[in-house]
Amino acid sequence: MQDKNDFTRNKRFSFKQIAAKLNFSSLTSALLAILLGLIFGFFVMLFAMPANALAGFRYIAFGGFSRLGDVFYFATPILMTGLSVGFAFKMGLFNIGASGQYTMGMFFALYAGFMWDLPNGIHWIAAVLAGMVGGMLWGFIPGFFKALLNVNEVITSIMFNYIGMYLVDMWVRGSSTMYNSTITRTNYLPQSAQIPSLGITGSNVNYGIVLAILIGIILHIVLQKTTFGYELKATGYNKHAAEYAGMKGKTNIIITMMIAGALSGLGGAFMILAPSGIPGSSMTYEPVNIIAANGFNGIAVALLGNSNPIGIIFSALFISHLQRGGTLTNLVGYKPEIIDVVIAIIIYFSAFAMIMNAAIGEFIKKRIKKTDSDIIEDTTEELNVTDASNNNSKEAE
Amino acid sequence: MEKYIIEMINITKVFPGIVANDNITLRLKKGEIHALLGENGAGKSTLMSVLFGLYQPDGGEIRKNGEVVHINNPNDANDLGIGMVHQHFKLVEIFTVLDNIILGVEPSKMGFIQKKEAREKVLKLSEKYGLKIDPDAVIEDITVGMQQRVEILKMLYRENEILIFDEPTAVLTPQEISELLQTMRNFANEGKSILFITHKLNEIMAVADRCTVLRKGKLVGTVDVKDTTKEELSRMMVGRDVSFRVEKKEKKPGEVVLSVRNLSVPSKTHKKDAVKNVSFDIRSGEIVCIAGIDGNGQTELVGAITGLEKASGGRIFLNGKDITKATIRKRSIEGISHIPEDRHKHGLVLDYKLEENLVLQRYWQPEFQSKGFIKFDAVRKYANKLIDKFDIRSGQGPITIARSMSGGNQQKAIIAREIDKKHDLLVAVQPTRGLDVGAIEYVHKQLVETRDAGKAVLLVSFELDEVMNVSDRILVMYEGEIVGDLDPKKVTVQELGLYMSGAKRDQLKEINDAG
Repeated sequence: MQDKNDFTRNKRFSFKQIAAKLNFSSLTSALLAILLGLIFGFFVMLFAMPANALAGFRYIAFGGFSRLGDVFYFATPILMTGLSVGFAFKMGLFNIGASGQYTMGMFFALYAGFMWDLPNGIHWIAAVLAGMVGGMLWGFIPGFFKALLNVNEVITSIMFNYIGMYLVDMWVRGSSTMYNSTITRTNYLPQSAQIPSLGITGSNVNYGIVLAILIGIILHIVLQKTTFGYELKATGYNKHAAEYAGMKGKTNIIITMMIAGALSGLGGAFMILAPSGIPGSSMTYEPVNIIAANGFNGIAVALLGNSNPIGIIFSALFISHLQRGGTLTNLVGYKPEIIDVVIAIIIYFSAFAMIMNAAIGEFIKKRIKKTDSDIIEDTTEELNVTDASNNNSKEAE
Repeated sequence: MEKYIIEMINITKVFPGIVANDNITLRLKKGEIHALLGENGAGKSTLMSVLFGLYQPDGGEIRKNGEVVHINNPNDANDLGIGMVHQHFKLVEIFTVLDNIILGVEPSKMGFIQKKEAREKVLKLSEKYGLKIDPDAVIEDITVGMQQRVEILKMLYRENEILIFDEPTAVLTPQEISELLQTMRNFANEGKSILFITHKLNEIMAVADRCTVLRKGKLVGTVDVKDTTKEELSRMMVGRDVSFRVEKKEKKPGEVVLSVRNLSVPSKTHKKDAVKNVSFDIRSGEIVCIAGIDGNGQTELVGAITGLEKASGGRIFLNGKDITKATIRKRSIEGISHIPEDRHKHGLVLDYKLEENLVLQRYWQPEFQSKGFIKFDAVRKYANKLIDKFDIRSGQGPITIARSMSGGNQQKAIIAREIDKKHDLLVAVQPTRGLDVGAIEYVHKQLVETRDAGKAVLLVSFELDEVMNVSDRILVMYEGEIVGDLDPKKVTVQELGLYMSGAKRDQLKEINDAG
């Protein structure tokens, strides 16, 4: 009987309890991780150039606020690849192939932008969708191999990063419509293929970021509210139980990888289809046989966002903010390479601290609980005695 | 005053939402076997974890030989001579037996492991206590019984004198159990002190000197086993009288629900079939029990019926429909409910909330889903209904994370889900494994009620008591074949044992082939 009473009492407070718990384990530890990362990054800057470290660090931490448009623009692709990695991770798949999917998506978008002749207002939408299809295709392949032949998706998607990158560079160089060999970059895209600008002067920020944030919110709803999300998470947590419950594990693996690929592909499309501040120009791609860094940054973004789509939106903005601020530090004499190192350190330190969040959270919870129980113990005399003896014995140690 | 080797005095341990140990005192004498008895979630494991240094108590103290000691981690416990055999073994699966035993205390010279001395010491111990092992076998290849002997040797190798056994018999066959109990006796005669966590009353009566009973985190009392009875112990543990007999009416078998014909299922561990050309029928309104020693093809047979494994030959019919090649989901819709053998691996998504687990088989039905969106209101309502109806207890009701629930309540959740789902056949594999008498009584009652409601029940069990008491018919499996179709009212336990060990078999095969 007593149990039942407890249960109703708990139920009344449960909402508060859960809210407190959730806040703690994700948001607080993310903030803590970021703080640790920043401190560590500052030490590296101090080591590299002690005199200007403070000024440089101020740029990294606050410089982004003066270039908010760019922060949002550069956040778009890593937000998409972050969502891609995070979404696959919810199902227990490690999509390290975000780079290849991103590059493929970018190429499909370029192709649609150059080769298709469509009216204004429709052309860019078609190009974005083409990018999505490109990424989807590149996500489908590792998913297919994983589901049907049980080939580890990490290996396949690493290989397809290279295959995708070399194919795209080959195709780009081979097309005289796309490629301009004198500047060794792609030509300017027609105006109609560019995503409409948000109208902030001096910045490329466009509707891409709005769409990306919207997609993040939709993913959150899919994961939390739908049967597909329920199956996906169940499979990620315990694939044996998912099989036992009759979920179609293989189909779900393929669908998840296709969605993850589509997200990365959209990232590539959003990046390349951005409008340029200078009329008559556009973003260009230089085929130099390098794997797109935005794909790997997506892993850090997803880690820092704890694979939660809403968290990923914020972590992408944060990392973009650091990167934009970082570019300003050469004003006080930091070489761009050092800044890349510092930012990488902040990002990865934060991300790794995030992985440790369980340990850190536990530590802080313990501290809080200790003070709580002290208060409780003060109120009852009987317990005070045991408490005192405990303290004594601790002091004796 | 008597001399105690270990005293745990007024131990209190609080977890969020629950007091796991409330002011518990336990005193262990040197050279005794002290049983610790309680239902699931009574706080036995928590108390032992406190002693072994895995948890820090919120109140109370531990004394060894009268002196207060602080046990901050298992290493401290080991230094004090406390060793533990966990319910789920802590062994490195890909290491050999010898490597596992010396792990952490490897004898070494200049950084090189001296395995030769270690091997001699291990073999000597193994011989002395009759704990048969092969030091070079790899853990994942050996039987559960041998793995347990490795765990015991680990404690002996470390020269522990206080041995904690956490439900050691849950995974053993009847023969292995009697061997283990004898080993424990030998330890005690030699002056080692043993704490024996269990909820099997027979074992306590057979081997223990004293018994401490916990109920819902509180101490009920400590009694001398020779002055008490099974009935009294179970009353102390559960707080009411428990019947060991399963009450049930005469069976009224109806139509054939499940019909298995010449079924063969390949084995995962060897090249031969694990199930060989098996045929049988189960009718509505009867409980058919597959008896046999673990590893004689029961798991594979159930896998083929529920769809987790593929048959290599033969047919399976449910209500006359051929389901041999149907998907798991299809079989579930057609009316198979399945209480799986391993509730953590198959039965639950441990990181999901209780309510999410309760709809694991039904989340896609229109009742809980519309246009791909889960109706969480309906899920919550349904979960509360099941929680009430099946008395599932948890810290926070429907939103409790399944992982944080006690084993018995996890099992109740699975049973609630599977029984409440529309079904004609209930497949229950070891549904009472690791449960206490109160929960076992509950599970048996549910099985009988399911039968009385006109469903067919296929029960797989290794517990002879369960086989004899619950079932209406017994099919004995030996080496992948059914060697006996017995009536529990007519067969004796001894006879059943002969069938299970392959010493006796009926001439059923021809009959089945004809049918």
